[in-house]
Amino acid sequence: MTNKILIIQRTAPYGSSLAREGLDYVLTSAAYDQEISLLFLGDGVFQLLKNQQSQDIHLKPQGSALEILPLYDINKIYVVTEDLQERNLSETDLTLSVNTLSRSDVSKFIKQQEKVVSF
Amino acid sequence: MKFSLLVLASPYSQQGGLSALKFAQTCLKEGHEIYRVFFYNEGIQNGSFLQTPQQDELNLHTQWASLAEQYQLDLVICIAAALKRGLLNEDEAKRYDKPQHNLQAPFEISGLGQLLDAQINSDQLITFG
Repeated sequence: MTNKILIIQRTAPYGSSLAREGLDYVLTSAAYDQEISLLFLGDGVFQLLKNQQSQDIHLKPQGSALEILPLYDINKIYVVTEDLQERNLSETDLTLSVNTLSRSDVSKFIKQQEKVVSF
Repeated sequence: MKFSLLVLASPYSQQGGLSALKFAQTCLKEGHEIYRVFFYNEGIQNGSFLQTPQQDELNLHTQWASLAEQYQLDLVICIAAALKRGLLNEDEAKRYDKPQHNLQAPFEISGLGQLLDAQINSDQLITFG
């Protein structure tokens, strides 16, 4: 059975392991043939930055890991516009092409999903 | 209602570990069903039977274990999150040639697919971070 599952990534890519372990859950869900959407919220938008050089802190770059999502047929990737603006970022700074969502539409978007989990 | 719990919080450093336990106890007392409790990220530390808090403090492992015994709860620890943090049951300790283990029934060790299964088969998945 296919479910509409939304996975929300709220944390910065490094500093805690939630971003990485959240991504592991995204990939697991995709392997079980679910309809996955991914929403980057708050500091979670930093995960999408290009040119992350996390090898220096002995961690795999989260940005490169996210680049494989389209290979798993995960194309519904959303970012909150205001969260980018407040961090002085724009879509051209991101490693994937994303859909933008205004903050006032987030709760409506979440309500459209059948299952939601956030990391 | 049918709940599943996702526990991301460690047992003593974060409030979420205790909150998850209290939520589970209350849920079951009120007659709700808990499909599964899935421990992930730092939450896996709740499963260690070697945790030894002071006698006047709550032992979260013991509490979970007795709740599981009373209600036949499904307590699942994520294997990838557990192994790298040094939480192993007897089988995994043997497999990786480690002299000690700190995980036993009723806690089971399994993969992230169990979290997806819990999310799909429950009315609500509640996260404790």
